[in-house]
Amino acid sequence: MIVYGVGILAFCMLTGMFFGDLLGQIIGVKANVGGVGIAMLMLIVLSSLSSKKLQLGQLTQQGVTFWSAMYIPIVIAMASKQNVAAAVSSGWLAVIAGVGAVALSFAMIPVLTKLAQRSKQGESDGTDP
Amino acid sequence: MIIETLQAVMIKNSIITAFVFVAVVMWVSYWLSDRLTRGRVHGSAIAIAVGLLLAYVGGVFGGGSKGIADIPMLTGVGILGGAMFRDFAIVATAFGADLESLRKAGWVGAMSVILGVVISFIVGALVAVLFGYTDAVSITTIGAGAATYIVGPVTGTALGAESDVIALSVAAGLVKSVLVMIGTPFVAKSIGLDNPLSAMIYGGLMGTTSGVAGGLAATDPKLVPYGAMTATFYTGVGCLLAPSLLFMMVRFFTD
Repeated sequence: MIVYGVGILAFCMLTGMFFGDLLGQIIGVKANVGGVGIAMLMLIVLSSLSSKKLQLGQLTQQGVTFWSAMYIPIVIAMASKQNVAAAVSSGWLAVIAGVGAVALSFAMIPVLTKLAQRSKQGESDGTDP
Repeated sequence: MIIETLQAVMIKNSIITAFVFVAVVMWVSYWLSDRLTRGRVHGSAIAIAVGLLLAYVGGVFGGGSKGIADIPMLTGVGILGGAMFRDFAIVATAFGADLESLRKAGWVGAMSVILGVVISFIVGALVAVLFGYTDAVSITTIGAGAATYIVGPVTGTALGAESDVIALSVAAGLVKSVLVMIGTPFVAKSIGLDNPLSAMIYGGLMGTTSGVAGGLAATDPKLVPYGAMTATFYTGVGCLLAPSLLFMMVRFFTD
């Protein structure tokens, strides 16, 4: 049944949010720490369990893949409700701070990626001093 | 009479109206992508840009803070595009993601989150200093805003910042998230954003959930789960570091 998939997805999200909120309280911040990430991990583990007993049925999977396919439409709705007017009219300080942060972060991506790949090669060689 | 009835129906069924709204925006955008750019600029990238443009128009004419969703007939867009459905759909994208590549990139992902918060914070703080702020609380709040528009106000409230400074920090975060949404597909190639590893680093460095969600959707939807995974820890880490460690760092320099 399709709704089983939707139910599993919803259960993962609620569980993730629950632990994310708890984690936030434990470390003393007013934010959900990694709730979505925890939910995603649960779903990934669930979907990669290859034992036949736990294999999700075709229709059950559709309950999840439908929402996965709704991701882009939802993101477009999300873009449409952003406070763009405030971002544009906020003056130079906000614009420069935002642009600077994005530009520098973009520039760091290839650096970190290369670093990660190199360290991984070192590990697999196992001969590096 | 006809128009009033139509309006009433659209308002009463707001989320259904939002489905039609998004479908029309997407249809127009994919048509534009096909005709004007021969598919070179992806349809979803155009759709996100159209969404942001409509949000701007809605904000200017409606005067609210929720973009096009401030128009009574389109309040459903605000619900569909709100955190609840956004996070639900993000979680769904994880279905079928590769556990192995996530595990391999684990520590790089964690590092990129911390580095991402610190980099954005430093940029924001430096700009604040450049614009004449000298007190540690304001500098920290604006720096935190450059991380995300949630870290900014959370930090500002914790430190007791002025409300106009908090507003500025929110604006800096908004600029960042809008820019990440629009900019990502254009720089994706030159920064090597085409595999799970770099997507996780991207999510960790950028951190704005909406920016990363939009940016990856417009670049390659297959990368969404990897970027979203790390980005989801960013705001929490930011709220942890900014009012504590980073604030002490700023105070060290300003005193």
